[in-house]
Amino acid sequence: METTKKHFLSDIGVMLGRSMRHITRSMDTIITVCITPIAMMLLFVYVLGGAIQAGTDNYVNYLLPGILLMAIASGIAYTAFRLFMDMQSGIFERFHSMPIARSAVLWGHVLTSLVSNAISVIVIILVALIMGFRSSAGIVSWLAVAGILALVTLALTWIAVIPGLTAKSIDGASAFSYPLIFLPFISSAFVPTDSMPTVVRAFAENQPVTSIVDAIRALLSNQPVGSEIWIALAWCLGILIVAYLLAMLVYKRKAL
Amino acid sequence: MEKAIEVKDLRKSFKSAAVLKGVDFEVKRGEIFALLGSNGAGKTTIVKILATLLKPDGGTATVNGFDVAAHSENVRQSISLTGQFAAVDEILTGRENLIMIAKLRHLKNPRQVAADLLKRFGLVDAADRRASTYSGGMRRRLDIAMSLIGKPQLIFLDEPTTGLDPEARIEVWNVVKELANSGTTVFLTTQYLEEAEQLADQIAILHEGRIIVSGTLEELKKLFPPAKVEYVEKQPSLEELFLALIGKKEEK
Repeated sequence: METTKKHFLSDIGVMLGRSMRHITRSMDTIITVCITPIAMMLLFVYVLGGAIQAGTDNYVNYLLPGILLMAIASGIAYTAFRLFMDMQSGIFERFHSMPIARSAVLWGHVLTSLVSNAISVIVIILVALIMGFRSSAGIVSWLAVAGILALVTLALTWIAVIPGLTAKSIDGASAFSYPLIFLPFISSAFVPTDSMPTVVRAFAENQPVTSIVDAIRALLSNQPVGSEIWIALAWCLGILIVAYLLAMLVYKRKAL
Repeated sequence: MEKAIEVKDLRKSFKSAAVLKGVDFEVKRGEIFALLGSNGAGKTTIVKILATLLKPDGGTATVNGFDVAAHSENVRQSISLTGQFAAVDEILTGRENLIMIAKLRHLKNPRQVAADLLKRFGLVDAADRRASTYSGGMRRRLDIAMSLIGKPQLIFLDEPTTGLDPEARIEVWNVVKELANSGTTVFLTTQYLEEAEQLADQIAILHEGRIIVSGTLEELKKLFPPAKVEYVEKQPSLEELFLALIGKKEEK
């Protein structure tokens, strides 16, 4: 018991090193994750943007938070994918029959997800800068944005762990992410919710993406964040805790 | 404590299908024990229970003196599992695979451990290539090399030669023999009678959820009527022919 606890962090480090190699050796996963959100951003800014009344003269600024969430939602699908591949290959059985904390195996994947999503978020912000994104936010606001995005990534990654562990096929392992990628469309990410019909609007205003997007948007444009940020944080933490507990339950059932 | 494994009345069902219906056997320290059985006989289920990957429904199993269910942590300290499907990370190189396991075993000098094993298993030339480019035999050797890291007292090899060509199979056999010579207990499952005959000190046959016979090869042979002398023209088997031809080629 003692030895596995003592080495918990170094074991996670080894696991992180392992799956980071998987990412650096298949950069296409990061490129794929970035391309769709960037294409969306181009489409919305240069094709549809002219006709959208978002009440702002810089539509890139308005759009960016939602695009980042879409990128994260598609990025975590790869966590499910990598986890699924590990389950299939027998390497999990090797790890599980070794004297290491079993949760270290999962945390390695979760931390990898945080790092790889951070990379794609940075790439997308750089592209947005070229497209005219400007922010007057200071260091503290940027840190707050980074914190929210990290929390979103963590929460969604723990959701991804569940299909990663339970799926019967590769397609099944990543299909769960489609609704998550789609969710920003029915929110304030692309257009203000005011123009939507009542029912849609009610959904849009009360789903997590809207509060998260609004909070990030306010932080980036130096506006007062109000209560949005607390609602956003509550959503993230709530999802994180439920998904984590469920994932751990599934994991324990799968692996003794 | 002379016994490496002691299994009593082990039972396991999946849904309503009973796979193990009361399995008993013992494995002494330092011997090669072969569990023989056809596909689906439950060999892998036994390995998984002994390697703490699966919980038994009934009965007891102790490994190196520790109960697998109650003291799984202690069991894991003293075993290594080489599963049915090569458990190597295909995206990493052979060297990186070995270093990773050495780090997880918290050894002092992971690079040195890896270098020694690469040499011992004839993988030096392929050391810095991704494992996905390895042949079946090389992958299996890497797999077994990974299992040796940290010098576990007991090694499980679940069908180590299934899917290998005859040459690679003999390579693996040599590795297993060498292991046993160095005092490691080897628990091997196989569906090939010849493999058990070649390697094992003790053989147990698993059939329909129970061990139907067990003993040394000599003891098993005694179960049959005494040998009769018959004259049969002996043709070389295709395998012998294949190996002879390949051997000749390499000598050139």
